[in-house]
Amino acid sequence: MPQPGKTGSNFRWSPWNLLLAVPLLWLLTPIYNRTGPELFGMPFFYWFQFLGIIVGVLCTTLVFIKTKDRPGTPAAGAGLDVDDLDEGTSR
Amino acid sequence: MSDLHWTELIVFALLFGVVTVMGFVAAKWQRGDTLEHLDEWGLGGRKFGSWITWFLIGGDLYTAYTFVAVPALMFSAGAAGFFALPYTVIVYPIVFMPLLRMWSVSRVHGYVTPADFVRGRYGSSGLALLVAITGIVATMPYIALQLVGLEAVLRTLGFNGSGMVGHLPLLIAFVILAVYTYQSGLRAPALIAFVKDILIYVVIIVAVIYLPIKLGGWSEIFSAADAKFKATPAPGDGILLNANNQLQYATLALGSALALFLYPHSITGVLASRGRTVIKRNMSALPAYSLLLGLLALLGFMAIAAGTKPLINQATGNPDTNTIVPNLFEQTFPSWFAGIAFAAIGIGALVPAAIMSIAAANLWTRNVYKEFIRKDATPAAEAKQAKLASLVVKFGAVAFILFIDPQFSIDLQLIGGVMILQTLPAVAIALYTRWFHLRGLIAGWFAGMAWGMWLLYNIPSADGKRAHFGASALKLNDLSVFGWHPFAGSTLQIYVGVLALSLNLVVAVLVTVVARRLRSFNGTDETNPADYHVDEGDKRVKKIAAH
Repeated sequence: MPQPGKTGSNFRWSPWNLLLAVPLLWLLTPIYNRTGPELFGMPFFYWFQFLGIIVGVLCTTLVFIKTKDRPGTPAAGAGLDVDDLDEGTSR
Repeated sequence: MSDLHWTELIVFALLFGVVTVMGFVAAKWQRGDTLEHLDEWGLGGRKFGSWITWFLIGGDLYTAYTFVAVPALMFSAGAAGFFALPYTVIVYPIVFMPLLRMWSVSRVHGYVTPADFVRGRYGSSGLALLVAITGIVATMPYIALQLVGLEAVLRTLGFNGSGMVGHLPLLIAFVILAVYTYQSGLRAPALIAFVKDILIYVVIIVAVIYLPIKLGGWSEIFSAADAKFKATPAPGDGILLNANNQLQYATLALGSALALFLYPHSITGVLASRGRTVIKRNMSALPAYSLLLGLLALLGFMAIAAGTKPLINQATGNPDTNTIVPNLFEQTFPSWFAGIAFAAIGIGALVPAAIMSIAAANLWTRNVYKEFIRKDATPAAEAKQAKLASLVVKFGAVAFILFIDPQFSIDLQLIGGVMILQTLPAVAIALYTRWFHLRGLIAGWFAGMAWGMWLLYNIPSADGKRAHFGASALKLNDLSVFGWHPFAGSTLQIYVGVLALSLNLVVAVLVTVVARRLRSFNGTDETNPADYHVDEGDKRVKKIAAH
């Protein structure tokens, strides 16, 4: 935890958060702007973007699960009272 | 009015009646001690769990207008209309972390609107006012567009009269909506969203299974679309993107994703949730709606394959491509099921319209009324003011549709997206850092806003009929920096919103550097670093509806 008061940025980082950048690949249109290979008669352009939804869900879900027990997402009311009380009273 | 479609109409009216009753009953649903507080009226008591939040935000973001306009765009332009998909793919991962911080800090300090947060973070009612006005102005045409969606359905049902008679059913539907929103606040759309979303899911799932079978499979559908676009002279359409519109496609998806959760109504849905876990779960669950939206977009191609023609709007005399999807349902489904589909779209207009009007009313009340007009307003007086404001906002939207060409709302909605993006530094970046100086943020807002509006003003529509506000895609060739054309000769197109935001950021950085050198006062921050991580159950969360 950073020092109490307003100086600490208190930015809580987990490497798992990087997964949230993966779906940005779907902004690179040259990757998927083509018709083949088709899937059930649907051009690649369309089904690949549908695939993006699944990848996005996997990423957010993984980040949710993997950062659950980290300080970034404290369990309700438990474990962090001392530090938090320090900061709470410094207001 | 003689050719009403009775079966559809009866199914539609029945379902509409059900949600009307729900809207009024909602006031008593999970009620708090009082409705006379913005935490209760405007945020439903800040206690919605994962399911309610999923339905509420889903019902809020995926609007009736989206449901008619996206397929209509696919129908007329092809692949370029599919930008809605990458947009909704990237939006949840992008906003995952910032929204958690926004929820926590708002919960500790009792913020109701994004402008409340800015007010607290920078201690500046001026900057908060800019954010609030941007939010209100961007939301108003969005509400009006929900009416466009609702009216597309009503016209397909046979209410395609000219003049005021043609608008009467719309007016009645909206008066009902206004009254129960006034009474029940955010609980009304939250409860109705269940009906709306379940109906939409049923309709779309049936449509994407039934229609491809009926039309001879997906490959038939895509080749019909391909044939149509190859036959038209327009260069921008096709079932794939071309060399010129790919940059536009990507930047529009990115810009829309960045803008989505800056809209006040999106934040309202987030702040109404119970805790951080609810938000995190929803970041994984909301993409189910994106899947729905993608399938729905493809209805535009199915309409091509089925030979659907847009209805002629008797009020304007022009073909209305927004009637494509309702017409497709009318043409291919038995009338009772078409009735359900129409109800899904119609109710789909009510939920976002209610939430948007509540969000705009909250902004007005908290950041204009309480800040500048009546500083000593009690929470009860705030709630009263917000209820009245929600009525004003809704009838303003109706007036927009009745007395001004609906095209104006569509233009404004386009402008609204560019405008709301200009609040990104003050709202989203400020969640992480106070590096930007107050004056930098204000200067950046003005610069981005002015340039964005100027660029949009100068873009003609693709068909050449209108000289201004024709599209949000700028040809890089036309990009001019004080007369210098850095990309002269380029035919690439780009979304104006990201250009305006870039200028906003550049100006904000420059002014920040100068203001810091001059040691100019940078406002007072009432938030603590730890506030951004607080979860439900913590000792520091503010009591709900505390006076």
